[in-house]
Amino acid sequence: MSKTNTIASRDTGVSRTLGTILKELDWRRYVIYIGFVVVFLFFAVLLRDQGFLSPNNLLNIFRQTATITVIAVGMTYVIACAEIDLSVGSVAGLSSVCTAMALSQWGLVPGILAGLAVGLVVGSINGALVSLLGIPSFLVTLGMLGIAVGVAQWITASAPQPILNDTFNTLFGSGNFGPIPGLVVWSAIFVAIGAVVLNRTRFGRQVLATGGNRNAADFTGINTKRIKFQVLLISGMVASVAGMLYAGRLQSGRFQWGAGDELSAIAAVILGGTSLFGGFGSIVGTLFGALLIGLINNGLILAGLDSSQQQVVRGVIIILAVALARKK
Amino acid sequence: MNTADNVVQMRSIFKSFNGVSVLKDVGFDVRKGEVHALAGGNGAGKSTLMKILQGVYQADAGEILIGGKQASITSIHDAKAAGIGMVFQEFSLVPSLTVAQNICLAAEPLGRGGLIDDRAAVRRATEVFAEMEVDVDPSAEVSRLGTAYWQLTEIAKALSQNAQVLIMDEPTASLARHECEALFELIDRLKRRGISIIYISHRMDEVYRLADRITILRDGQHLLTKALSDVTPEQIVEGIVGKKVEGDLSYRARNEVSHEVEPLLEVRGLNAGPRVRNVSFALRPGEILGLAGLMGSGRTELARALFGIDKLDSGQVLIRGKAVSLSSPQQAINAGVALIPEDRRAQGLVLEHSVQDNLLLPLLGQIRRGGLLDGSKAKALSTSLIKRFAVKVAHPHRPVRLLSGGNQQKVVIAKWLGTDPDILILDEPTAGVDIGTKSEILDMIRELASAGKAVIVISSEYPELLAVSDRVLVLKDGSIIRDIPRSGIADEEYLQLAVQGV
Repeated sequence: MSKTNTIASRDTGVSRTLGTILKELDWRRYVIYIGFVVVFLFFAVLLRDQGFLSPNNLLNIFRQTATITVIAVGMTYVIACAEIDLSVGSVAGLSSVCTAMALSQWGLVPGILAGLAVGLVVGSINGALVSLLGIPSFLVTLGMLGIAVGVAQWITASAPQPILNDTFNTLFGSGNFGPIPGLVVWSAIFVAIGAVVLNRTRFGRQVLATGGNRNAADFTGINTKRIKFQVLLISGMVASVAGMLYAGRLQSGRFQWGAGDELSAIAAVILGGTSLFGGFGSIVGTLFGALLIGLINNGLILAGLDSSQQQVVRGVIIILAVALARKK
Repeated sequence: MNTADNVVQMRSIFKSFNGVSVLKDVGFDVRKGEVHALAGGNGAGKSTLMKILQGVYQADAGEILIGGKQASITSIHDAKAAGIGMVFQEFSLVPSLTVAQNICLAAEPLGRGGLIDDRAAVRRATEVFAEMEVDVDPSAEVSRLGTAYWQLTEIAKALSQNAQVLIMDEPTASLARHECEALFELIDRLKRRGISIIYISHRMDEVYRLADRITILRDGQHLLTKALSDVTPEQIVEGIVGKKVEGDLSYRARNEVSHEVEPLLEVRGLNAGPRVRNVSFALRPGEILGLAGLMGSGRTELARALFGIDKLDSGQVLIRGKAVSLSSPQQAINAGVALIPEDRRAQGLVLEHSVQDNLLLPLLGQIRRGGLLDGSKAKALSTSLIKRFAVKVAHPHRPVRLLSGGNQQKVVIAKWLGTDPDILILDEPTAGVDIGTKSEILDMIRELASAGKAVIVISSEYPELLAVSDRVLVLKDGSIIRDIPRSGIADEEYLQLAVQGV
C-alpha cells in the first residue's frame, strides 16, 4: 500500500538555493555535446595538417552521416517508446533495391512510391506483431532484419541495380542545393520535423509517456498499442527514405546498402541521451550522436588507422560516452 | 534500560542527501523479542533509517550496535550477516522459482559434485515453515501463489538466513483481513521465539494489536519512544502530524441527495470477468458512494470495468440516462469518467517525467495551438493545477519521483480533475499518504461532490470510507451484498460485520 518513497524525504525543503539547483543539474544529459566538442577539438589539433578542418572534409562528415542521422531520427521514437527496431538497415537495403527496379521499369514517381511502400509494409508488419500480438520488438525486428535483406538479395539475384534516372539521383543524395549537399538538407529536414513532433505535439508526448510507464499511459486513456504501432511504422518509413538516399548517392540499389546501420543508429540515439529504457528522447541529441560517430570515423581515416583499428577505437569511444551519460 | 537486551542500537544517526538533511541525531533501539513500531509521516525519515540499518545507505555520522557490539554495516550483505532481515514491500522473490528455491536463493545447499541439492532445499524450507507453524508447499512455484504466501515465503527466507530482527514495512497492505490475522498470529509466535520485529504501518489498530513500544520520527528527528500502554492513539497522531488533528476523519452530514434527481451514472446487470457479477446501482450528482469489501471482492475490478480497462461481458452503463459504450479508457474519459487508480506509482504516474508533464498528460488536447503544444498555455495550466491542489513542489519541471507519497497522490488527483470529469472514481485515494494530506484529500472529495460531481470512493480503511460516503455498497465475490445509507451505519464495527457478510 504505502510505497514509502525513500527520496521523498529530500523534498522536504521547498525553497532551495541556486547552488543546489546547479548541483542537481543533470549534466549527464549534455555529455554528448561536451563529448562532441572535445573529440572535434582533439581531431582539429591532431589532424590539422591532414585537412580535417577544410570545408570540404567537414561537409563530407555531414554527407557520410546523413543516412545514419535519418534512420536514427526514426529510431529515437522507437527507443523513447521502450521498443527497438533492428530491421532498419535491411529495410534501407530493400528499399534501395525496390526503388531502383521500379524506376527502371516505370519511372520516377513509381520508383519513389515503391521505396516508401517497403517502409510502409515492413513497418506495419513490425508494428502489428508488436502491438497486437505482443511479441517483443527485439524478436520481431530481428526476424524482419533477415527477411528484408533476404528478399532484397533474392529479387535481385544479388546483383546491383543501376539507377540511370538523373532527376532521382540529384534529388536523393547526389545533388546540391546551392552550396549545401542535398544529403545535408535531407537530414536537416528529418531532424527538424522529428524534434518538433517529439517535443511539441500530443503524439510526441504520448510516445514518451508510453515509454516511461505504459501502465500509467493506459490508465490515462492513451491507446498505447496504437502508439507502439505508429513508432514502428515511422521507423520503417524513415528507414525506407534512408534507403532511397543510399540509392541516389550511390546511383544504384543493392541489398548491402544499410547493412549494419541499425547498430550505428542505436549507438547514435543512446549517445544522444535517449534512454534505452524509454521515456526520454532527444532528436537534437541523436543528431549529435550521429555526427560524433561520423566525426570519429572521419578522423580515424585521416589519422591513417586501418579499418580494423578504426572499429576498435570507435567501440571504445562509444562505450566511454555511454558510460559517462548513464544515470547514477 | 539494560543495553544488553538491545539486539539493535542505532545512536545519533545523521544522514543527508544533496545537502538536504534527512535524519538528524536519530536514536533507535530494538530489544530482543519485542515488536517495535516505527511511525512518522511521509518524509519523516523512517525509510531512510531502515535503509541505513539494512546497509542500503550509509549514515553520515552515528553508530550501529548489534548485540551490544559496534557493527559496520556497509552493504545488504553485512546486514544479513548481522541478522537483520527485511520483508520487502515489493516482494523480492523470483516468481519463476519455487518457494524452496527462493528461500535458499544465494545460499543453496550443495550436494555431491557442487551441484544444487534441491531436495535439501525443500527440507530446509519445510523446517522453516514448521518453525513458523504455517502451511506452505515448498515445491510450489511462487508465481502460482497468492500474495499472502509470497509474504510468508519472504519471512521464511529471512528466518532461514538466521535473521534476529525482521523489518516489516506495511506488511498488511496487500492482505485480506483473515490473512492479516494469520500474519499477526505468526508475529506473536516469532516474538515468543525471541525474534524482534520492527513494524512500520500507518494503521493504528495494527500497531496497538502488535507492538510493545513505538518510536515516532518527525521531520528527520526522534520525537519519542514509549511503551504503547503509555500512549494514546490521539497522542500518536498528534506526534506524527505535529498538530492536533480533530474530527478530520469524522463524518460531516451533507445535504441529502434527492432521489427525484435523475442519476448521473446508472449501472444495470454488469458482468465483467469473474469478479464483477450482476452489479446494478445508480449514482446521483452530488453523491459520494463508498465501495467496501475485502481484497478480491471485486471493488477494483468494478472500477476498471467502468473506466473501460476491463471488457464488459454483459450489462449496461447509462450516463445521464443514455447508454454508453465503455470499451477503452479514451471512451470513458470522453463520457466524463475519471479513475484515480489504486497504485499511483505503477498506474498513475510516469515517475521519471516532470510534475508538469504528468499533470498535462490527459490534457494535451487543451493546450494545443495549430497542432503544436503551446508552452505558455502548458505552464499556465500546470501552475494553476499545482496551486489549486496545493502540491508541494520546488519546480514543475522536477521529476514527480522526487515528491513525497502524499504530493504524488495530489498530482494524480489534479491530473484527473483537470479533465473536469462528471464522474470520479477514486481507488484507495489515501493509501500510503500521511494523515495531514489524507484529510486534505477527503476534503477535496467532499468539495467535488458539493460541486455536483458524482464520486465513487474505494477504500480498505473503514474510518475513511465512513468519513466521506453518503452511501456504502458492500461487495463480496463480485456482487453487491448490501446497499446501506450512511445514516444506517452506526460505527466501524457495523461496517466490518457487513463486509464479512455476517
